[in-house]
Amino acid sequence: MGFNGTSPLLDQRGELRPEDFGAIRELSMNPIGDRIISAFFSPGKETVDFASFVRILAHFHPTETSRSRDGVQPEPANSRTRKLKFAFQLYDQDRDGKISREELLQVLRTMLEMQVTEEQLQSIAERAIQEADLDQDDAISFDEFRKSLEKVDIDHKMSIRFLS
Amino acid sequence: AASLLSVSLRLCLGISITAWLTLLFVFIIVPAVLGVSFGIRRLYMRTLLKIFAWATSRMEMGAKEKNQQLHKPYSNGIIAKESPSSLQQELQELRGSASCPRSEPEFEMADIFYFCRRGVESILDDEVTKRFSAQELESWNLLTRSNYNFRHISLRLTVLWGLGVLIRYGILLPLRVTLAITGISLLVVLTTLVGFLPNRELRFYLSEKVHLMCFRICVRALTAIITYHNRENKPKNGGICVSNHTTPIDVIILANDGCYSMVGQVHGGLMGMMQRAMVKSSPHIWFERSEVKDRHLVAKRLSDHVADKTKQPILIFPEGTCINNTSVMMFKKGSFEIACTVYPVAIKYDPRFGDAFWNSSKFGLVNYLLRMMSSWAIVCSVWYLPPMNREEGEDAMQFANRVKAAIAAQGGLVDLIWDGGLKRAKVKDAFKEEQQKLYSKVLVGEQDEGEQSDDMHLEDENQEEDENPEDESNQDSTKGQ
Repeated sequence: MGFNGTSPLLDQRGELRPEDFGAIRELSMNPIGDRIISAFFSPGKETVDFASFVRILAHFHPTETSRSRDGVQPEPANSRTRKLKFAFQLYDQDRDGKISREELLQVLRTMLEMQVTEEQLQSIAERAIQEADLDQDDAISFDEFRKSLEKVDIDHKMSIRFLS
Repeated sequence: AASLLSVSLRLCLGISITAWLTLLFVFIIVPAVLGVSFGIRRLYMRTLLKIFAWATSRMEMGAKEKNQQLHKPYSNGIIAKESPSSLQQELQELRGSASCPRSEPEFEMADIFYFCRRGVESILDDEVTKRFSAQELESWNLLTRSNYNFRHISLRLTVLWGLGVLIRYGILLPLRVTLAITGISLLVVLTTLVGFLPNRELRFYLSEKVHLMCFRICVRALTAIITYHNRENKPKNGGICVSNHTTPIDVIILANDGCYSMVGQVHGGLMGMMQRAMVKSSPHIWFERSEVKDRHLVAKRLSDHVADKTKQPILIFPEGTCINNTSVMMFKKGSFEIACTVYPVAIKYDPRFGDAFWNSSKFGLVNYLLRMMSSWAIVCSVWYLPPMNREEGEDAMQFANRVKAAIAAQGGLVDLIWDGGLKRAKVKDAFKEEQQKLYSKVLVGEQDEGEQSDDMHLEDENQEEDENPEDESNQDSTKGQ
């Protein structure tokens, strides 16, 4: 796309709005398209500038390309933890650090909409929470989220390789 | 002394105009009438290529001096897209590495990664949106409109560019406009005259000659350098010729080499005058605005036409809109429902000399034509593909897709299933539902759903094609008169 180049989304002021993302046809097809769009915007803000845009995209850099850092440096954006955090926030819309049952139901609803009945939705959500919720507080915290995804190859599945 | 000066000026002017017109006549109009070529345009093309290569290497040198990188367009996209696997496959992979396999399919927290990555990939580089804007070039062709490396232009290049502007706007543009006016007037006048002839045979014969001649003049008016391949497959009477659509000029490119019956909506103004004149000598199919909505009427008129073997093949552009010539989009099935032979044609433009794509949301028709006439040239290749027929058990949509794949393969274009109508319309919710359907199958297994469609578009998409197949009618173009 090339934000600063010949992008069809280029806004005159060098900022993007949610509507600009709406022009991307493939994104409109994605069931969680709206959530991904809002992931680019900090809570309460209506525009995103180029620097922030790139910071969010940096989460998707393949992990092996990051240089090894010593403990003093801040964690790189594309570390496994940061990728997990990004995905976590897709679920946790109110950013309270926990995925409540209601939030989980909401995600399931957008991904499935009219394809399943309400009862099926409830039971799916119920099972998912029981699986992941280790401290039985009826919500999934970030650590529980991370634990349930221990074996998933996140580095590969959440990475986009840029052609240079 | 003043009068002497004015007389001599007028004499000079008179002589130069005469010389100009003679040159025009000898080198352009006569060959157009006779259908021969001196090869001047190809020589011109080769010279231009050498100049472009030189210009690009100068820019690269300039960039290296400043230790910067030239902006190079990514013809294959910005990101590496893995070979498209289905939603099911991707999710299996995601889950396979997760917890132990279960007896029944269920929701996994990891599922969201699939959609998330797809979404961000779309933001970076989606397959559809970029088809509606002009293709980016690898080397600069001395047109400001296709330059992204302004910073690296040296003095020598600027002079060359300035010279280019002078030549294009001072010499080429007036020449081409003259030719265009000649071509169009001749078309209108001669076709009307031919229409008065009582003898049918003579009328057919002359009308063919007249159409060919006028379109040849128009081709020279655009300095179009066309290479026709496989002419043994040229469309024959009683068939339909289908082609990918990049610009209204496609019509001229094809009509330069053969006689077709055109299909379109009746316009007003200059366009309408041309239409009325043309139909007097040859059975073109023009629809009134009201008739366009009636699918059965359209189908009937087309069928009647192809049933008559003395009538020329119909020319149709099934995409319904102009695409930027890097891909072929969904073909509307209406033209493929008529029972006759289909002659596919692939047209590929060489963007180095001037981008022929009409971005109708950016430029109106007149503006577009001016840009075309002030480019260096329009270079394209036309491939006539072997005729195809609908096979047993194949429905119109499958037949359309088969033809589309053949055209895309021949022209080196990407074969997309997307509807060109997305240029203007928003994505229908039906697409999103399709994704949701696929995902729900993974979660809750197969439920008894209706018919399975592998294609991403659903049947109701095709109802839009009761607009007629040719494109210009639907653009907000006014050949303002």
